[in-house]
Amino acid sequence: MADLSVNFAGIRAPNPFWLASAPPTNSGAQIHRAFEHGWGGAVWKTIGAPVLNISNRYGGLTIGGQRLLAINNVELISDRPLDVNLREIAEIKRLWPDRAVIVSAMVDASPEAWREIVMMIEDTGADGIELNYGCPQGMSERGMGAAVGQVPEMCELNTHWVTSITKLPVIVKLTPNVTHITEPAHAAIAGGANALSLINTINSVMSVDLDTLQITPNIGGRGTHGGYAGPAVKPIALNMLTELLTDEGVLRSGVPVCGMGGIVTWKDAAEFLLLGAGAVQVCTAAMHYGYRIVEDMIDGLGNWMDDKGFATIADVSGRALPQMSSFGQLDLGYQAVARIDPDKCIQCNLCYVACNDTAHQCIDLVAGNGVRVDPGYDVRVNGRAVADTRPTPVVREPDCVGCALCANVCPVDGCITMVSVPSTQENISWDALTAQRPEIATSWDAMMAYRKEQGIEIH
Amino acid sequence: MTDHALVDDAQTPHAGFPFDPRFAPTHPPLSAHEAAVEANRCLYCYDAPCIQACPTHIDIPTFIRKIATDNLRGSARTILEANFLGGTCARVCPVEELCEGACVLNSEEKPIAIGRLQRHAVDHVQERGLQMFTAGTPTGRKVAVVGSGPAGLSVSAELAKLGHAVTLLEKRELGGGLSTYGIIVLREPVEVSLQEVEAVQALGVTVETGRELTDQAGLTALLDEYDAVFLGLGLGAVPAMGIPGEEHLIDGLQYIEDSKIAPDCLPDAVNIVVIGAGNTAIDAATIARRRGADVTMLYRRTDSEMTAYRHEYEFALSEGIQYRFLTQPVRVISEDGKVTGVECVKMVLGVPDTGGRPRPNPLPGSEFVVPCDAVISAIGQEKPALANELGLDVSGGYIVVNHDMQTSLPRVYAGGDCVRLRGTASTVMAVQDGKYAAVAIHQQLSQTQEAPHG
Ligand SMILES: Cc1cc2nc3c(=O)[nH]c(=O)nc-3n(C[C@H](O)[C@H](O)[C@H](O)COP(=O)(O)OP(=O)(O)OC[C@H]3O[C@@H](n4cnc5c(N)ncnc54)[C@H](O)[C@@H]3O)c2cc1C
Ligand SMILES: Cc1cc2nc3c(=O)[nH]c(=O)nc-3n(C[C@H](O)[C@H](O)[C@H](O)COP(=O)(O)O)c2cc1C
Ligand code: SF4
Ligand code: SF4
Ligand code: SF4
Repeated sequence: MADLSVNFAGIRAPNPFWLASAPPTNSGAQIHRAFEHGWGGAVWKTIGAPVLNISNRYGGLTIGGQRLLAINNVELISDRPLDVNLREIAEIKRLWPDRAVIVSAMVDASPEAWREIVMMIEDTGADGIELNYGCPQGMSERGMGAAVGQVPEMCELNTHWVTSITKLPVIVKLTPNVTHITEPAHAAIAGGANALSLINTINSVMSVDLDTLQITPNIGGRGTHGGYAGPAVKPIALNMLTELLTDEGVLRSGVPVCGMGGIVTWKDAAEFLLLGAGAVQVCTAAMHYGYRIVEDMIDGLGNWMDDKGFATIADVSGRALPQMSSFGQLDLGYQAVARIDPDKCIQCNLCYVACNDTAHQCIDLVAGNGVRVDPGYDVRVNGRAVADTRPTPVVREPDCVGCALCANVCPVDGCITMVSVPSTQENISWDALTAQRPEIATSWDAMMAYRKEQGIEIH
Repeated sequence: MTDHALVDDAQTPHAGFPFDPRFAPTHPPLSAHEAAVEANRCLYCYDAPCIQACPTHIDIPTFIRKIATDNLRGSARTILEANFLGGTCARVCPVEELCEGACVLNSEEKPIAIGRLQRHAVDHVQERGLQMFTAGTPTGRKVAVVGSGPAGLSVSAELAKLGHAVTLLEKRELGGGLSTYGIIVLREPVEVSLQEVEAVQALGVTVETGRELTDQAGLTALLDEYDAVFLGLGLGAVPAMGIPGEEHLIDGLQYIEDSKIAPDCLPDAVNIVVIGAGNTAIDAATIARRRGADVTMLYRRTDSEMTAYRHEYEFALSEGIQYRFLTQPVRVISEDGKVTGVECVKMVLGVPDTGGRPRPNPLPGSEFVVPCDAVISAIGQEKPALANELGLDVSGGYIVVNHDMQTSLPRVYAGGDCVRLRGTASTVMAVQDGKYAAVAIHQQLSQTQEAPHG
């Protein structure tokens, strides 16, 4: 079985699955139970300034009957007294020496405030500190959380205050509520961060209740923006992760990145690892199903690594990154077309309507005798037997632009595949082409001439 | 937007009708959550095969999508626009043979439960008493409809929507035809059928029960008063078998009717024989079985030739109903006016008849007796004798109509079971006949400038 252990910025853990700083890591009793279920580490629910949490703090996203595809929270940091948290952190670390115990903190933007809390955290014996510059609601209005994470100068300064006084590894947790994620990342690195983690929650308004006309969550007749997390945010998190891990500055610094945002299964985790994460954190999925989900995460990841011949997490980490590219470097000559497997097709015609209405009108309905027919039926004829002789969708390959819409809508696995076909066009990237012939980027006439040369016809 | 779980309608005793819990429906309604999950499973096919397989061509993907988006009223409207008796059809249609049988998910997994979803949507509006349609602008034209079964109700509703004044004549006490009197409560409680009659009335249709068309003079009178006449007569009682002891046979249709309207009249027999193997026979047998009797069905051919659907046959087996195939009853045996058994003869299958089914022939000397204390006959329905009386062209006892449901007499249309020379008689086919007839009648009335009657 593959070795799942990790050494993340000097923090060791038996597996890369850590609970993110959030309700699942709110107390010693909880984390004790989580570790019993096998979690490799936990980032303690953020401690710091005194707060009062509010009642009715979560909104849920349901789509097509599927619940909690995302959660939106208006929760603040831990509302338990500092000394209680610190005592329990020390207790947990003593009981679970092999697990990663990291303390998330957030205090006023002053060197004194940070010094004070860092000293207290060090005294607990915890393995690391995570700086919460992310909370988009409640704390930011008080000049903490995202208010720090969104201003690179503040981010650098606050990080520096912490890194200059502690020997513990310092992870800076980034907020996704910025235009360029690399800017706060550079600032954190300049401030001496030993690692980065992302993403914290995304600013959001969850929904409006159509019965009551209230914003959800409805807090005594009012609503506010909250932090968005859960399965629905995964693609955003993966993008930000790759932005960091393909960035010169971040790469040069060598700081590892802990990925999170929408991880529900071992497969999600594997994707984060393949794109370069050194460990992962999970919040919403644990809130949805409880700590027990980690068993399958560990088991599934291990089995997959065995299948693929990966011995360690380091073998996996970043394996898919080299494929990341900019648009300008993609091959303009690459050509794929949709191909339908008639044996798998169940004739739902979703590909037909998708291509016809919103792509390139290149799927035909073909009757059993090979004749192209229009959709529709004779109202005088009915019965399931008649329906059995439905026409089959067929792609007119020369007209297919290979957009892959049909393959995305087809409900049958493996029924429509995008097959790469020999291209008559030149294999060249946009960057290379426009370096050679800059006029193509500025003149439609030049563009049309190039197309003619290449035999590119757009219908 | 919460839709409360629907009350199982047959579980609710209704003021007017007696309720026997043993006749509780076999398919309980879907809960709101079940309906949402099932609706979201539908692929929303384009030009979907389920629409084509439905004889009334309900836009199934659209109505299901509307359930998925919590638009139950819109969903019901989509259904009822294409099929005014969507509530009955949701319960009685042989969906395995029609819409669900055509669902593309048959090849992958389970088809969508279209019938149960349809019921979910229609129940929603019916339980709230919402009327989905209004009568059209009055055209000044009048149509008489004879028979308030599915065919009659369907044509009445469509004509009323087009603005014609419709009078619906029904010889029986209650409207609804076989939906009221013939479909067992397990599938459809009486209230559902009566609600459909009320929905037609809400469109301004005058329903006159207890009015029978009996002869040609009656038809002439109708043609004098109305611009057109539609005949939705249905079929008749169970035909006589012509065997000794015939007088002891219980009419299967009457038996089912009593189970719905007057269950106290049902005989308390413990060993019941049902003759026949069609839908009616299975329905009668099911009622008898649910009332605690041992039930044996006699059929002169084998299970491969039965006219009942396969799923009905299997349902009957699962209910504990026994079958005796290749068995022909020849005499009802009785003592002191009480039935004690049926004398039968064994049959052998011979050469196929014109319908392609092997002809059963009696095996001489193979007589034997099936002991029982009641015999129900359910070997079909008599053809509408009135058709000859009215001077209509008839074929095989059925009224002859053209594509527009027009009979051989001008301004006289017909539809439903009474014209079903070919194909299976079913509620949904009767509803579709009503739609075709309404279109044709409307066209004829729109073409003729002057009212043809005085
Ligand atoms: C026991 C049984 C079970 C069935 N089960 C199913 C099923 O599960 N699914 C399904 O789809 N179909 C089923 N059917 C068939 C279905 O009920 C019929 O196909 C459908 O009711 C036909 O409708 P209709 O309007 O043509 O006739 P009917 O429903 O028979 O209605 C005819 C109406 O006309 C009235 N009438 C007749 N003559 C006159 C007259 N001279 N004057 C005034 N009124 C008159 C009658 O009283 C009756 O109300 C079943 C039939 C039976 C007998
Ligand atoms: C209810 C809730 C409370 C949270 N509280 C904190 C917090 O106190 N500190 C913090 O750094 N992140 C907090 N987060 C963010 C999570 O740690 C995590 O970054 C985010 O939920 C994305 O991961 P997920 O998609 O697995 O939930 C919170 C998230 C949720 C849903
Ligand atoms: S890939 Fe796009 S253009 Fe080609 S058939 Fe599919 S939908 Fe149409
Ligand atoms: S979407 Fe897929 S299954 Fe449906 S018709 Fe197209 S190819 Fe067939
Ligand atoms: S065929 Fe099945 S999946 Fe497709 S629209 Fe009809 S019910 Fe839905």
